[in-house]
Amino acid sequence: MSTLVALARAHALAAGRAQPIATVRHLHVHDRPLVLIPLAMAGEANAPLAALLGDDVSRPRLLVVGQPRNRDERFAFTADLADAVVPYLESFAGATEAVPVDRGRDVRHRFVDAPQVWVPNPGGADFLRLLGRSTRFRRVDGDHPVPPSVPRLGQWLTFLASSAEVPGSSLLVNAVQALGSHWATGQSAAEDAHFGSLFAWITDGARAAQEAENGPVAGPATDPAFDNEVLAPLIASPSPAMAGVLRDLLTPTWERMWKSIALLRELPVGARVGLRWDSDRDAYSAFVEHLTEDGTPQPRRDGAVAAAARLQRLENAAARYAVQRAFDDPLVMADHRLTGAAFGAEVTLAKADRIDDSGKRPVLRPRIMVTTTETVRVEPGASLTSPARPSQKAKVISVTPGPAGTDVLLELSGGMGRKLVAEPGSVPAVGERLLLTTLSEAYRPGAAFPDPAETPWTHGGPPPHREDLPVA
Amino acid sequence: MSQVDRLRGSAPGKRHNARTVAALTGNPGCTRRAVLDAAGIDKVRLAERIGFPGAFGQSRFALARGNAFEAMLKADDCALLRSTLGAYVGGYEDLGADEDDTLSARHARTRSMLNDGAEGLLDHPLLTLEVAGQTVFLEPDLIAYQNGSQLQVVEIKSFAILDGQADGTAVSAAAVQAAVYVLALRRMLGDDRVSHEVVLVCPENFSLQPVAVVLDVRKQLSTLRRQLSRLASVSSLISSLPDDVSFDLAQPVPALLSSLDTLTARYAPECLSTCEMSVYCRHEAGGRTAALGRPVRDALGGLETVDEVLALASGAREPDPAQAEAAALLRAAQRLRDEAL
Ligand code: SF4
Repeated sequence: MSTLVALARAHALAAGRAQPIATVRHLHVHDRPLVLIPLAMAGEANAPLAALLGDDVSRPRLLVVGQPRNRDERFAFTADLADAVVPYLESFAGATEAVPVDRGRDVRHRFVDAPQVWVPNPGGADFLRLLGRSTRFRRVDGDHPVPPSVPRLGQWLTFLASSAEVPGSSLLVNAVQALGSHWATGQSAAEDAHFGSLFAWITDGARAAQEAENGPVAGPATDPAFDNEVLAPLIASPSPAMAGVLRDLLTPTWERMWKSIALLRELPVGARVGLRWDSDRDAYSAFVEHLTEDGTPQPRRDGAVAAAARLQRLENAAARYAVQRAFDDPLVMADHRLTGAAFGAEVTLAKADRIDDSGKRPVLRPRIMVTTTETVRVEPGASLTSPARPSQKAKVISVTPGPAGTDVLLELSGGMGRKLVAEPGSVPAVGERLLLTTLSEAYRPGAAFPDPAETPWTHGGPPPHREDLPVA
Repeated sequence: MSQVDRLRGSAPGKRHNARTVAALTGNPGCTRRAVLDAAGIDKVRLAERIGFPGAFGQSRFALARGNAFEAMLKADDCALLRSTLGAYVGGYEDLGADEDDTLSARHARTRSMLNDGAEGLLDHPLLTLEVAGQTVFLEPDLIAYQNGSQLQVVEIKSFAILDGQADGTAVSAAAVQAAVYVLALRRMLGDDRVSHEVVLVCPENFSLQPVAVVLDVRKQLSTLRRQLSRLASVSSLISSLPDDVSFDLAQPVPALLSSLDTLTARYAPECLSTCEMSVYCRHEAGGRTAALGRPVRDALGGLETVDEVLALASGAREPDPAQAEAAALLRAAQRLRDEAL
């Protein structure tokens, strides 16, 4: 927990109201998201009880398993869910755009849009992951055949759940996390996990949050008292009242979900959010291609090489997300200023036309001196960036602490045009306030992993060729 | 009447089970819970009585599912359980009946059967454990499996193991509970007679098909031992309490509240899922940084109250020397926050 976020929590507690911890929105908010609130049956691994879903706030669709112990009803539920969700997910596989690759020597195509599914909390995302696991291997022939849409749904849910593990991805969003990364409440993270309470802190304040705590749950787990007092009698003697009861239970969450989306949509969007949505569209496009070309379900578990590669992708995504958030948002950057990984400074000297001709050919290397009173934790030789000029590198030549602050001498390269004279405005002028940071957006290439087929069996490869058994 | 009985008043003592003993390891620094538990006070009713009820129920569906799974395993002389464990030799005996008046008799029987050491499965053995200077009976929910010279604890749980993985919270709770059983069995039979490896039998994937997994509970055992030996000192604390401290629920609420006040609590958000008093303790801890969670408190320099934090951050209060570092950090944070907003 950063001190700034912790301080925001303290303010929230004192004010009785959630406090902002971001000045811009850090996730993509879709024009036509799909909201999906799953509800599970207690005591069983991933037994669905109901779901309220739809892409229009005025038209929620309720799916219910009337007799949770009846297998056929469960399968019918999954088939209905597939019919409600898969067409939405596939509706974005239409128009494409060309993206240059390989330094412009080639192009590839990706879809201009992608789906976005909202669930209330991490538990909801986990429920979808398990539902994906339990349905993607189901057979459309044999003893207990299911409609083809069911394994298809399973593959889609698996895709969404694994993309949700990528920091900064917005294909599957959970509202608790989305709200919690923009506002701090005056309660603990454990209490924030209650969607209704978190939402109330932001919209109505502490007192409303306390009431919401005892209000209807946001799933997927039900409240034991509800199970015992309301649900049990309805299941014991099947009654048409069940759908109404479940609809009443889920409707408050449905409304809060849409209000949360609207609340986030109102925030000005961060400059780099679009870049991450581009990656999401890439992932979506690749998955659609996989479904049309090969279509095999994702394995139960990644092999060793795939797992290592995936771990590295996740680490890179996490690093990229952290840097992008800081570059997009001064309030997030403030965290780094507090720890000394960034500092605000004023330019006191600038030599914009300095040429370094010690190499084979002369290059433009302006130098500037900046002064700061903030903590500076950088060493000579370090490379700094300023969010205002992200393509320009500033190499630290010297750091000189003085009575009135610290002087840092910097040598600039990049982002000044191709000539030996800097483009106007590309070199910071005397008097300009700058923010400098050791954070860098530069791409870090990953390690090379062996091809799975060439991995020794001690490390999980090559994969055995066996058919995945259907799972009951 | 002993001091402990007087604390509890007219109500019968709440019996311990592995879950309640395991819960003692959750917040070891809390005197309030240690005393209430040692005195066998019904915390659910106490919390209700003072107007801070919690939600600690269990779903009928979860119970029914757990019972069905257990019944299936134990049907036909434990046929399915035996094949899951690979335990085909020996008998199956259920010491059963969960009744108060047969406790001592059942305990004696458990002891003699276990000492006997015959191979086989012994269900619901009745164990005892020394908790805070009191011998408590453990409501049994395990099977002792005598296998060669060692006894192994077998616990049947209804959470699922999916692709070899299970919910981490559920597994660690099961491990602590199993450690309670191992400890109680060891106190009865000696350390080397009882294995530190326990067996969990759970449904696998999305079916009711059972699967056995072995857990090493040595770490949980040592935590538990440490915690129980600390609790031993609670009895001296109880005897030093003033005479008018009592949790007899027949008393008026203000008397109960002032009795609670004599027991120092150590509230943390984790209490919400582990302790029946948590709604009250959370209310009492309002305005304290600890109520926001350990990471928040640490990030705020370990200061006690939110008022203190905000006063130091705004510069309204001068820090005392011990707070200087925290205060400087908070002031810098506040300045940066103001600048960015
Ligand atoms: S809820 Fe209260 S009594 Fe229970 S452990 Fe926490 S602080 Fe102690």
